[in-house]
Amino acid sequence: MKITPEMVREHGLSDAEYARILELMGREPSFVELGIFSVMWSEHCSYKSTRFHLKKLPTKAPWVIQGPGENAGVIDIGDGDAAIFKMESHNHPSFIEPYQGAATGVGGIMRDVFTMGARPIAMMNALRFGEPGHPKTRHLVSGVVSGIGGYGNCMGVPTVGGEVNFHPSYNGNILVNAMCVGLARQDKIFLSAAKGAGNPVVYVGSKTGRDGIHGATMASAEFDDASEEKRPTVQVGDPFTEKLLLEACLELMATDAIIAIQDMGAAGLTSSSAEMGDKGGSGIELDLDKVPQRETNMTAYEMMLSESQERMLAVLKPGREAQAEAIFKKWELDFAVIGITTDTSRLVVKHKGKVEADMPITALSDAAPVYERPYTERKPQTGEPKYDKAKPVLASLKTILASPDMASRRWVWEQYDHTVMSDTAQVPGGDAAVVRIHGTNKALAITTDVTPRYCRPDPFEGGKQAVAEAWRNLTAVGALPLAVTDNLNYGNPQKPEIMWEIVAGIDGIGAACRALDFPVIGGNCSLYNETNGEGILPTPAIGAVGLMKDVTKMATVAFKRTGDVVILIGETKGHLGQSIYLREIEGKEEGASPKVDLAIEKKHGDFVRKLIEAGRVDTVHDISDGGLLVTIAEMAMPRGIGASIGIAGLPEAIPFWFGEDQARYVIAAPFAEAEKIVAEARAAFITVAELGKTGGDKITLDSKDSISVADLKAGFENWFPNFMAGEEIPVTN
Amino acid sequence: MKSAVIVFPASNCDRDAKVALKQMTGKTPAMVWHQDSELPDVDLVVLPGGFSYGDYLRCGAMASQSAVMRSVKAHADKGGMVLGVCNGFQVLTESHMLPGALMRNAALKFVCKPVGLEVQETQSGFTRKYENGQRVTFPVAHGEGSYFADEDTLDRLEGENRVAFRYAKGENPNGSARNIAGILSEKRNVLGLMPHPERVVDDVLGGTDGRALFQSLIEALS
Repeated sequence: MKITPEMVREHGLSDAEYARILELMGREPSFVELGIFSVMWSEHCSYKSTRFHLKKLPTKAPWVIQGPGENAGVIDIGDGDAAIFKMESHNHPSFIEPYQGAATGVGGIMRDVFTMGARPIAMMNALRFGEPGHPKTRHLVSGVVSGIGGYGNCMGVPTVGGEVNFHPSYNGNILVNAMCVGLARQDKIFLSAAKGAGNPVVYVGSKTGRDGIHGATMASAEFDDASEEKRPTVQVGDPFTEKLLLEACLELMATDAIIAIQDMGAAGLTSSSAEMGDKGGSGIELDLDKVPQRETNMTAYEMMLSESQERMLAVLKPGREAQAEAIFKKWELDFAVIGITTDTSRLVVKHKGKVEADMPITALSDAAPVYERPYTERKPQTGEPKYDKAKPVLASLKTILASPDMASRRWVWEQYDHTVMSDTAQVPGGDAAVVRIHGTNKALAITTDVTPRYCRPDPFEGGKQAVAEAWRNLTAVGALPLAVTDNLNYGNPQKPEIMWEIVAGIDGIGAACRALDFPVIGGNCSLYNETNGEGILPTPAIGAVGLMKDVTKMATVAFKRTGDVVILIGETKGHLGQSIYLREIEGKEEGASPKVDLAIEKKHGDFVRKLIEAGRVDTVHDISDGGLLVTIAEMAMPRGIGASIGIAGLPEAIPFWFGEDQARYVIAAPFAEAEKIVAEARAAFITVAELGKTGGDKITLDSKDSISVADLKAGFENWFPNFMAGEEIPVTN
Repeated sequence: MKSAVIVFPASNCDRDAKVALKQMTGKTPAMVWHQDSELPDVDLVVLPGGFSYGDYLRCGAMASQSAVMRSVKAHADKGGMVLGVCNGFQVLTESHMLPGALMRNAALKFVCKPVGLEVQETQSGFTRKYENGQRVTFPVAHGEGSYFADEDTLDRLEGENRVAFRYAKGENPNGSARNIAGILSEKRNVLGLMPHPERVVDDVLGGTDGRALFQSLIEALS
């Protein structure tokens, strides 16, 4: 088959890229080879726009066992145990087919984790939808949430938390980022380097069908009005098979038969074989006649590009095939030896007696294009936003708590089994999820965070803030933050302004991770989140994991006793720019994003964490979206315990109660303990204030105005179910 | 007290059941694979939660036809005790070891949350350590837990005091008939319930209301 310029374009390759292919191959590629280049050089697989900048992120620490570059990152959590985790996007397919898109996103990230030898112990997700009034939003929320639940619940891995935001910039491009955390022994971690020649390459899991062909290419292009015609490129998930695959792989991993193993995710057989060969410095020869097939008459092209789910590729030690096959037969999964490793460093694909592809593996990895795309800085938004100083504070509080971004997410997380595996110590709704390490008293704290509305006006500060907030959330439950996985969701990198958002965002993440000793051990980029030329808010989601030595000392947000002193840690200047208050009460998205002073962030966090670790404080909440008063309301609502609070000599009430200054926490402790804490904070030059005491069933300000906690809770709890039940929501534009 | 936990390929509360049994009885239960046609010599068989064979058909329908279920039935017929939790309850109704059926939740959504229950019947080896009418909280986690049976069957279950657990007032999470959460077999040696007692035996996980169920079994079987 002669390769035409149309074919090249349809494969998402530029003329320059095709010229490079001709040079690397020394001849015109076959059609199968063109398809392989197309997926391996796609943005999704090659990170060609971001790789140059991602290299600047800090990835090392004494507790990092495996940084970026493998299926997932690995950290040392003591006693010979390792936590393995990663976050990945499934944005494009989830917009086109929300249930299957989200479900296969969950399945894919779980495979990334268990392919390394870990049993998944917790799932998180970071979801962004268009504005609530958009005609598609309800359908997408409903489909994504049931897809995540449908897959995770069947797998028996608890989905323990996440975040959900609404914003018109996501009307045409929702974000579905899923994170999986697994647990392994440090001496049983499996990598993907297929070292050595003459070893059998085995295929396990589901059969290969024609689903998902070109999924990675789709995920590397902008959407337009015809995007829904791409539904056939969305794969269909089968969590039952994945559960079998998980158990069978862990059983095989308990033996020493495996040299390398890799899941077949984006670009399926192509990327798994190329990546394993590349990392092991070996060649791979595949015989496609041996591939288990679900459909008849599949071509080499289709098999190499299929993204059928629930499949793995492994390289075994020679002679161990029968042992492995017995395990997969027990679990009633397909098992086939489909190839062999070689010493040629070439990927050779044979089908029906014909060589369909024969190409140097480095052409797919090292020689893949890397772009230093031009970028243009936009001036960060600045200035003090104006607001009506006469608006009543408590009425605004009620409005904010019942607003789309602030209302309770109970409707979402009650559809996820969050207690299966009997180790969930802190369920969704708090600052971070806490999952006990099975059979011990230790626990992992897990969170996902980013505040996209800070990232558009100031991508650098927004990137910093995302990391700082994740660090703060882990700290607030009492965990020592250890490492980060990032999921960078942006628009089209070929636009210089978007490229600047990406570069500045990565720089901000890097700055915060360095200052907080919080290395990045893996991640994923999702670019081209644009529809008809309109990009999403920059959304660098941060997934983070921390360690607690003693789970019984864990702090939660709920006020627990009457008469506790409510203490504010951190300085409140009253930063209203880009705040929830400004957006929900004044209807404006303007002003500067809040700046994070990383040294102060660290100092305050370390102070709070020590109090929790020493068992002196059990009630802590970080201050983020909505500001101080929202934080206090969130502490009052869980058990219906109110508080009487105030502060003397306040020049302006609204910025104090609703400003979104960073590096702050609210803690509540009995009087004697509180006095000591305040004295210690002052001695350490930490800004601290006593705001009042817990008690009653109201929140009372300055001994004057009050509002019932039950009232607040009703609005907070009802927004989501009412919305999903079809309550009319106005469209803003 | 010797026990066994049945493991279907997509059981996913099998480990939870094992851990709870080990913690409460001091003895590790035997884990029995679904293709095994013989049970070890045990006093109690637990059918754990999960998705047995994926449950793409009616929940528990395929599991009811599995090799191991013939032995579980024989065990119950001989008077041996069987506890089915969540998917295990679905398998028990599909196997006709308990009457009725578990249908899709009334709200058509999966639901995971702690729910208040009332212990309705303490005359059984599963519930003797509870007080009659005692209010307890167990989590539920299911998409198809709406208990259904015809009126005569429901009357009979109530008349024979075979409703072991009922959802407390205002707590019914799935639309179950007469707020039924768990029922006993005629011989009272088989209990099926949708809520998960094995997830509430540990203070760190938010409660210990499930312990009395295991303590009842220990007392009944010693």
